[in-house]
Amino acid sequence: MKFTASRFAITVWLIFLLGCGAIISRSQFTADLSAFLPRSPTPAQQLLLEQIHDGLASRLILVGIAGADAPARARISKQLAQQLRQNNQFISVNNGEPVTAEQDHAYWFNHRYLLSATITPERFTVAGLHNAISDSIDLLASPAGLLVKAMLPHDPTGEMVQLLTQFSNSRPPALSDGAWASHDGSRALLLIQTHASGSNTDAQQLAMTQIEQAYQQAAGTHTATRLEMTGPGVFSVKSRNTIKAQVSLLSVISVGLIATLLLLVYRSPTALILGFLPVISGALAGIAAVSLGFGTVHGITLGFGTALIGEAVDYSIYLFVQSEHRQHELWIKRYWPTIQLGVLTSIAGFASLLFSGFPGLAQLGLYSIAGLITAAAVTRYVLPHLLPDNFHIHDVSAIGHKLSRLEQNAPKLRWPAAGILLLALIIVVQNHEHIWDDKISSLSPVSKADIALDTQLRADSGAPDVRYLVVISDTTQEAVLRASEQIAKVLQEQVELGGLGSFDSPSHYLPSVASQRARQASLPAAELLQANLANAVQGLPIQANRLTPFLADVASARNQPLLQASDLHDTSMAMAVDALLIHHGTDWRALLPLTALPNTEINAEHIRAALRSHALPNVSLVDMTQESNQLYSSYLHEAILLSLGGLVAVIALLFAVFRSPMRVLRILAPLAAAVITVTAGLVIFGHALTILHLIGLLLVVAIGSNYALFFERNADATAIAPRTLASMFFANLTTVAGFGLLAFSDVSILQAMGMTVAPGVILALIYSAIFARNTHAEN
Amino acid sequence: MTLLKSRFALLSLTLLLCSSLSHAANWDIDQLMHNLSLSRSGHASFVEKKTIALLDQPIESSGELLYTAPDRLEKRTIKPKAENMLVDGDNLVIERGKQKYHLQLQDYPELAAFIDSIRGTLAGDRKALERTYQLSLEGSAASWTLQLVPNNARTQQVISRIRIAGVRDEVRSIDIAQTDGDSSHMQIEKLATP
Repeated sequence: MKFTASRFAITVWLIFLLGCGAIISRSQFTADLSAFLPRSPTPAQQLLLEQIHDGLASRLILVGIAGADAPARARISKQLAQQLRQNNQFISVNNGEPVTAEQDHAYWFNHRYLLSATITPERFTVAGLHNAISDSIDLLASPAGLLVKAMLPHDPTGEMVQLLTQFSNSRPPALSDGAWASHDGSRALLLIQTHASGSNTDAQQLAMTQIEQAYQQAAGTHTATRLEMTGPGVFSVKSRNTIKAQVSLLSVISVGLIATLLLLVYRSPTALILGFLPVISGALAGIAAVSLGFGTVHGITLGFGTALIGEAVDYSIYLFVQSEHRQHELWIKRYWPTIQLGVLTSIAGFASLLFSGFPGLAQLGLYSIAGLITAAAVTRYVLPHLLPDNFHIHDVSAIGHKLSRLEQNAPKLRWPAAGILLLALIIVVQNHEHIWDDKISSLSPVSKADIALDTQLRADSGAPDVRYLVVISDTTQEAVLRASEQIAKVLQEQVELGGLGSFDSPSHYLPSVASQRARQASLPAAELLQANLANAVQGLPIQANRLTPFLADVASARNQPLLQASDLHDTSMAMAVDALLIHHGTDWRALLPLTALPNTEINAEHIRAALRSHALPNVSLVDMTQESNQLYSSYLHEAILLSLGGLVAVIALLFAVFRSPMRVLRILAPLAAAVITVTAGLVIFGHALTILHLIGLLLVVAIGSNYALFFERNADATAIAPRTLASMFFANLTTVAGFGLLAFSDVSILQAMGMTVAPGVILALIYSAIFARNTHAEN
Repeated sequence: MTLLKSRFALLSLTLLLCSSLSHAANWDIDQLMHNLSLSRSGHASFVEKKTIALLDQPIESSGELLYTAPDRLEKRTIKPKAENMLVDGDNLVIERGKQKYHLQLQDYPELAAFIDSIRGTLAGDRKALERTYQLSLEGSAASWTLQLVPNNARTQQVISRIRIAGVRDEVRSIDIAQTDGDSSHMQIEKLATP
């Protein structure tokens, strides 16, 4: 009968493992920012997401070439750019060389009568022509006159000057030896736009490799220069590599460390291997559950799983250490209820995370629940059947007795502990205003050095730092272009008032059909224009017959086909229009990025008021930085609420089991003390708490509850068994080893969790021992 | 004997240097450049007359010039329309009414050739001038004319000759003859340094 039961349990277990394996083999793993983005975004957040995933800024790779001298850097820059321009992975490679200048100029010049906002019927009346030509002649007298002289017979009204004026607001980087260079002259600069979106990490990695190879070829092997790369895609690739490397390294070290620890305790390789079975089962179940629940598994979840090894291995430690002489039935009877309650409290704590709108947290919650249930169930129902007949571990009673003596003396520390706790409480209360870090950047896995380089290269290159966008949505391209033209007028006023440095608009490059038609209709017929021109030049030092090319150009512009997006092909503006004019399902959207004046901030409220006063529908100003911080801040608040919810669930569970407020309080008191002390410690060391610290604190409660329960349960008995103490001690060591390692990680999220949980669980154990009601001490 | 000879040479050199202002024969480009390079800043008024084939009559503009060694030049046009042009190193900023254009001289070689001829002369930077032009000097220190003829095809396409006339270390006029036949004449008068 028993034989059948064990065979059944093992068979179910093996089938379960196979199932998990099958699911995992088909799972997708990611390491991009998706874990930190919302599941059900608002329209503004939706835009933020699209920009992060696919926007103009997301496809940008900023390249710096540092070292050697300026001519060498410029030479490498040009060769690198030349190679990359032949690669269709890259939409554009800009290093200041005038590669598209001719096409750009031709686009503006050939279509000036469709593009220029100054084209109105009045412009071609006698008075209009007179004024415009008079202005052009004045310009001839100026130093810039040299630049317009050749165009004057074709363009006496100065439409090209008008057009160029619109686009000369932004300052390109300085040129050095014919290639862009940083202001301080220390590096050559290139702005590269990839074809793939920034969220396509594989494609971004390929792009980076190709840039690197092209650089190697251009620079040669014996070069004093070095290549620097930055941008959202580069960040994704780098953080994926970091997370990947860290997770595998931490897993290996963590398993090695825990295995060494257990081998020292057990002195039995069989016990070691068997002890890891619940852990492996739990990890597989966790990954499979996340894969089923979310479709993709995030690298951070795996990193967290590494730490959970230290927690899941506890159950087998309890089984091996606590059961004497293979009396597993007795262990199940005496200890299993406590462990079961511990598992349940952990689950109650983590279950609240499942409701988080932050996919990263929800994944952690599901992973923990599935992992812990599986590890505990395997320990309880499968592991006892797998133990060989001659199974035994090293006798740990010596350690147990030592611990027992320590434990009996622990209550003497009550007053000092209470003092420390009070101090911690004061620190937390005093700093409660700025305990939390509500900026999303605090979660970024990107290193400070990389961010510094990014800031530097952006400042040098004037690359768009897309923070403020005016967003216009409508159902047709024509509608958003028309609205863009109206908004552009409002924004131009702001530029002239000095509230705005510059702005961009898709309508600059591709005016609406309505505007183009209106401009075309403003152009008078040849006879009329000729007559008007003859009168207009009266009193001006120019003869009308000098301007025959103008008459011909206007005549042909009257019948010119209207501009379409495809006409921009081969110009440098094609990319801009592509990024600023977005077709999304049935929706069209125009984006007008704003640039502040140097060393100033944009006054968003001011711009909003200006936009509102024109009462245009479907127009909004989006502050990307504020939007993403708000997003994170709302997550943080949500997570705090969920953690409190988890706490309430734990309390309710303990109440249901013990039905005694005092006992529940005694279990929770050491956990609360541990949480407060760790928080105070983090504050003292200058760490603002992020969402991951909060999860760490939740884990301290979940893991610590096991210890508190053991002390509480055994309080009824005459004395807590030395074996139980030893098992808790070992369980604590493995947990500290697992999470402690995370504290050394370069990935801030993992580090935050490690530095919270490792000290937290030690404190939970010590506080539990100190504040336990130990009847035997008074005996 | 040799010593005596060289001493004599030194003495006569010193004498020559002292009297060079009145001796046209010993007047040379290096001397002019040296004298020009001594003035570190300058302030002058200008009247410029441009003759352009396209236009029936020359157009005239006037204003002020401000120069700070070695490469900052500001041209403040007051008539016929207020306009400010500032060249600093490779950066060119032109302000016209509400508009401000930022240009890089490297992008506009024609404009750069004009500006460098003036800046190079004011700075007394012979090396810089000779990168683009072949120099020749006429007249005396009291009244000299420096002629600049482009030495490369690219500049020759735009400029045929520049003549800069001056008195001692002051530039008095700049005449530019363009390849297309257009020309300009700028009369400069020194003002007190502000």
